[in-house]
Amino acid sequence: MLEVNGLRKVYDGHGRRVEALADLTFKLDDGEFVCLVGPSGCGKTTLLRCVAGLLRPTAGEVRVAGRLVTGPPDGLAVVFQEYGRSLFPWLRVHENVGLPLSGPRKPGLGKEALAAVGLAEARDAYPWQLSGGMQQRVAIARAIAFEPKVLLMDEPFAAVDAQTRADLEDLIREVWRRLGVTLLFVTHDIDEAVYLGQRVIVLSASPTTILDTLDVDLPAGRDQLTTRAAPRFTQLRGRVYTHIQQARTS
Amino acid sequence: MKALKVIALPAVLFAGWWVLSAGSKDFYRPPLRTILVAFADTWFGARIADDVLPSLARLGAGYAVALVLGIAAGVVIGRHPAVRETVEPVLEFLRAVPPPVLVPILILVAGIGDLMKVLVIVSGCVWPILLNTVEGVRAVDGVLADTCAVYRVPPVRRMVLRAASPQIVTGARQALSIGVILMVISEMFAARSGLGFTVVQFQRGFQIPEMWSGVLLLGLIGVALAALFRLVERSVLRWYHGQRAAEKQH
Amino acid sequence: MRGLLGAAGFVALLEAAPRLGLVPAAYLPPASRIAAALGEEVRHGTFWVALLDTLQTWAYGLAVAVVCGVAAGMLIGSVPLLRVLTSSTVEFLRPIPSVALIPLAVLLYGTGRTATLLLVVYASFWQVLVQVLHGVADVDPVARDTAHSLRLSPWQRLRTLVWPTALPYTVTGIRLATSVALILTITGELIIGTPGLGKEIAVAQSSGAVPAMYALVVVTGLLGVAVNLATRSGERRLLRWHPSQRVAV
Repeated sequence: MLEVNGLRKVYDGHGRRVEALADLTFKLDDGEFVCLVGPSGCGKTTLLRCVAGLLRPTAGEVRVAGRLVTGPPDGLAVVFQEYGRSLFPWLRVHENVGLPLSGPRKPGLGKEALAAVGLAEARDAYPWQLSGGMQQRVAIARAIAFEPKVLLMDEPFAAVDAQTRADLEDLIREVWRRLGVTLLFVTHDIDEAVYLGQRVIVLSASPTTILDTLDVDLPAGRDQLTTRAAPRFTQLRGRVYTHIQQARTS
Repeated sequence: MKALKVIALPAVLFAGWWVLSAGSKDFYRPPLRTILVAFADTWFGARIADDVLPSLARLGAGYAVALVLGIAAGVVIGRHPAVRETVEPVLEFLRAVPPPVLVPILILVAGIGDLMKVLVIVSGCVWPILLNTVEGVRAVDGVLADTCAVYRVPPVRRMVLRAASPQIVTGARQALSIGVILMVISEMFAARSGLGFTVVQFQRGFQIPEMWSGVLLLGLIGVALAALFRLVERSVLRWYHGQRAAEKQH
Repeated sequence: MRGLLGAAGFVALLEAAPRLGLVPAAYLPPASRIAAALGEEVRHGTFWVALLDTLQTWAYGLAVAVVCGVAAGMLIGSVPLLRVLTSSTVEFLRPIPSVALIPLAVLLYGTGRTATLLLVVYASFWQVLVQVLHGVADVDPVARDTAHSLRLSPWQRLRTLVWPTALPYTVTGIRLATSVALILTITGELIIGTPGLGKEIAVAQSSGAVPAMYALVVVTGLLGVAVNLATRSGERRLLRWHPSQRVAV
């Protein structure tokens, strides 16, 4: 569904060349949930912007559903880290969710999406009247209503408090299971990556390469208490942690 | 209590003017009573249709054209850094030319008819609108632009104009007071009718109470237009003021 | 670099348009003829006298407006009752277009400098006053309480608390007033006939000296640019140390 082949990105500015992405190749199958985890400043956002067609790679290619990405591809939605800045402050919640939609299905899709994230009550509020966690739910609802084949999430929960974060993680698992969407989730939080994904790709520090890919063989039904307490969870998390520590020191 | 505080000082000032001028024998400073009588006699008649409304219509036409031109050019310049760098010094210069000196130039080009007056208003009002629009468009959040790209939202119509609206409104406010000034000046300099023309005629003909009533009317028009503008601003920027207030609380 | 290109293109356009007959040269003389007229102007004493007159009227008016605006703003802003009582009056008087006062000024003061000064002071006073009022209102309530508990005298409070907070706003107000004062100075000269560049423009226009008129307009534009650049760099230099250095409105 999503293929990244030999992706490389070099920023050229003010006589200084910065190599953000060295050489990245990976693939997501249809309906797969993959987490990208890496140390902070490792070019995760650059990678995500290349995949979303918002940034042109220096070399290599991205394909979504077999088609080469040159601009934002069809059927791809993004949930940005900066929820406060990705919602339109002059539109009410339901208008934000319905913004990319058109046609007769617009009202229904918007309503369902808001219900799915538990915000049916807040439809007439403005985003800035909501808490950070609720704003991110609105952004997620907008992505759901768009009915994407591929959903990209860029550290979506980095700026919310711990309890809200746990709720949102479970919400995302549920959305993914219900919609069967292919989900690429970028995070710097190792626990989050292991808890959420079917597979975790560990990235190195910049210039970024892939250090390791591991299958998360935890049961599909996960919950914050038992999953995080399982010995296998601790094991996987330890393996990722070791890699990232090495990446930082080298 | 609040209403009392609002009207207390104006009432005292008005009463003071009334009382102090009541017995005035000074030819140039007639009693307020005389001025108010002259006001009713002068302006509540044919002059509304002959002088006041045409002046306001020219102001409205020139201001509207300046809004359209300024915003359109501002969006283009603001979205293209190369264009902006090229035209910046020229714009700096054109903006710095005191708008009233355009009157003699435009008399040359367009005579002393309506066209000249409207052109004067356009060419004075357009700069603050244009420059503020450029600033507003430049400052549009990159995350919002990415959001538009991903969700196929037409950026200029649905996002840029709204996101830049606080700055556009600031420019429009400056332009409005310049417009009123130019409306009056273009008629004082060369005209056969209009508010500015009539007031200057009164002055030259030593019709002192009438002249005072004209000054009063010009003042009231300025105040009324400013109030009207605030009303429009309040509805256009409701989201912006709400957002600012919400941010302050956090 | 691009800007230089743009400016050159603008001048070239001004040169070419009348020469190619796109606009009648009687309305818009080629840039070279405007430049020649400017060269002619600067050789005459009258031009320099007019320039000096304009600068003087502008400086006097600005000085009066700034002093009055800062003093009134500090006073009104520091006394809550005054603030409440005057706000409606300020809101009413501020949008009155200063040019409405032209007939009055002519009647009371003739065509001398005082008439134009009245316009200049009226227009620029509000710019300063309103900004100073914003600035005084911005004083941190906690700091205000602290000052009270330290039993600072009103004068000490003004100097150590109110003034530093209000300074950036005041400077912004002065910057705005500076360009408004220049505009009104030239307006007064143009309409009332007070000696200065504006009057020279009116004279050139009525005597059909079109290139000279454009040359004088260019001078007023350059004067405006110089004033803008000077006040902006002055603002930056003055407020570089200030913690609340903010984007001016």
